[in-house]
Amino acid sequence: MGHGTTAALLADRLAAGEVTSVEVTQLHLDRIAEVDERVHAFLHVDAEGALGQAAESDARRARGEARGPLDGVPIAVKDVLATRGLPTTCGSKILEGWVPPYDATVVTRLRAAGLPILGKTNMDEFAMGSSTEHSAYGPTRNPWDLDRIPGGSGGGSAAAVAAYEAPLAIGTDTGGSIRQPGAVTGTVGVKPTYGGVSRYGLVALANSLDQAGPVTRTVLDAAMLHDVIGGHDPRDSTSIQHEWPSFTEAARSGSTGDLSGVKVGVITEMQGDGWQPGVMARFNESVELMVQAGAEVVEVSCPSFVHALATYYLILPAEASSNLAKFDAMRYGLRVTPDGDPSAEEVMRATRDAGFGDEVKRRIILGTYALSSGYYDAYYGQAQKVRTLISRDFDAAFAQVDVLASPTAPTTAFRLGEKLDDPMAMYLNDLATIPANLAGVPGISVPNGLAEEDGLPSGLQLLAPALADDRVYRVGAAVEALHERQWGAPLLDKATGLEGATR
Amino acid sequence: MPEISRDEVAHLAMLARIDLSDAELDHLAPQLSVILESVASINGVAGDDVPPTSHALPLTNVFREDVVVPGLTAEEALAGAPAVEDQRFSVPRILGEEA
Repeated sequence: MGHGTTAALLADRLAAGEVTSVEVTQLHLDRIAEVDERVHAFLHVDAEGALGQAAESDARRARGEARGPLDGVPIAVKDVLATRGLPTTCGSKILEGWVPPYDATVVTRLRAAGLPILGKTNMDEFAMGSSTEHSAYGPTRNPWDLDRIPGGSGGGSAAAVAAYEAPLAIGTDTGGSIRQPGAVTGTVGVKPTYGGVSRYGLVALANSLDQAGPVTRTVLDAAMLHDVIGGHDPRDSTSIQHEWPSFTEAARSGSTGDLSGVKVGVITEMQGDGWQPGVMARFNESVELMVQAGAEVVEVSCPSFVHALATYYLILPAEASSNLAKFDAMRYGLRVTPDGDPSAEEVMRATRDAGFGDEVKRRIILGTYALSSGYYDAYYGQAQKVRTLISRDFDAAFAQVDVLASPTAPTTAFRLGEKLDDPMAMYLNDLATIPANLAGVPGISVPNGLAEEDGLPSGLQLLAPALADDRVYRVGAAVEALHERQWGAPLLDKATGLEGATR
Repeated sequence: MPEISRDEVAHLAMLARIDLSDAELDHLAPQLSVILESVASINGVAGDDVPPTSHALPLTNVFREDVVVPGLTAEEALAGAPAVEDQRFSVPRILGEEA
């Protein structure tokens, strides 16, 4: 057993009694100790807690009381989810040292299913960013090339699984923060249907867009994790009441690689200028593989998608500026008290200046502007209408095809610092992922090879109608199987950024 | 629109309760102009007949049974507070000096 063992295989070996959860957990803690100084995927590692939970899992299993297939398989959790007794900072100085008195529902479900929690992963501050460079605690580095970004906002979770520091991780996706890091690190990321996974205890960036989901190395692992964290939660008023099928079964059925009878739509608006040639070459190759496997591929136009980025950057800041108003320096988090006898308002203003980073300030001010009287109709109101048009485009597309396909991100991982002070250039990374958040539909990013010009990974994005999450697992597992047959090994075997570290 | 002046940014920062320094205003104002210019492209895209969408999936109010469920204890609720006094959040004065 090495670090590269998939969660599904670890589950089998735990069930067969070939390894213990304590051994598996220690192996990953050792890996974290070895490489995380370079990768910086974690903001907090809870070795003692994880080993304690692993020992409990082993004891349960010995009694014949294992709680499910993933009982004993360790996991890393993005630092935007509240974890009782473990620091939760959201990558922000304003929450430095905050230890939540409660667990997010996702975390409650992980604990109930017996997954030891290795620690909390790095992220752009309050999930605002596409590179993890906006973390107040320093950037995470891409295990493929330590001078490059791991994507964002969930770069920590993606880098943790790509660097074999964890077999599984949880991410959150508001505009692509699970899928885009997946694409640029050669890993798998899934954004479930909005409302499919509880948002209770997920520190909100934009309530109407946020969704937690799996970050893994394989499609099957993502499906198994989704089966654990998904389903209705009475504590989240936007949680969906729905009888979800087994995503594990969907992934297993897809892994034969047979796509006969599947109709795939290639989105016209997600190609052309601004799309890296090497990324497009890999995308076209994936499409060709799907055709060879029996899929029918047609081109589908979604004309309103060209407005998705502008729509998103009005709706998101508006919701974020309201959400982050709760950081008032009174009930939790940082308090900065200016000299003299300052009022509560002066304390709040000083605290928010010291506690928030540049990107958070940009978006709060943008949101405040978009919601101002006189501008509300022209900006926020208009954005909400365009959101309707984008949903209609999806409806029309899914009347013709089963899934939509595009590259996950327009480029491979760029260099650290390259776009840090050019917000619009940074925002363009989410061009392909944003429409799914606006319409609430599920999406997956599956590794589909390396771009020729830089040898860095690219991702294939597959989108399905709302509630049809099983479809992204079925088709995603098929594409993964087809590519791995072509490569003869998982893509991550080619990652060389951590050469010298043991595997 | 959509030029946004340094003074407007300062006003918005006041509304958003963030003390921005002069250096931050110089830095952020031009960036915000660029972003606004870009997002302004959606003006006129949707006609008056298009209804707005606030949530991706249609929702109605959700209620639960009116039964007591455990919540945080006072100690837990106060555990992260910057200042606590007599089992309460301790806050700076709320009124301005002129009041």
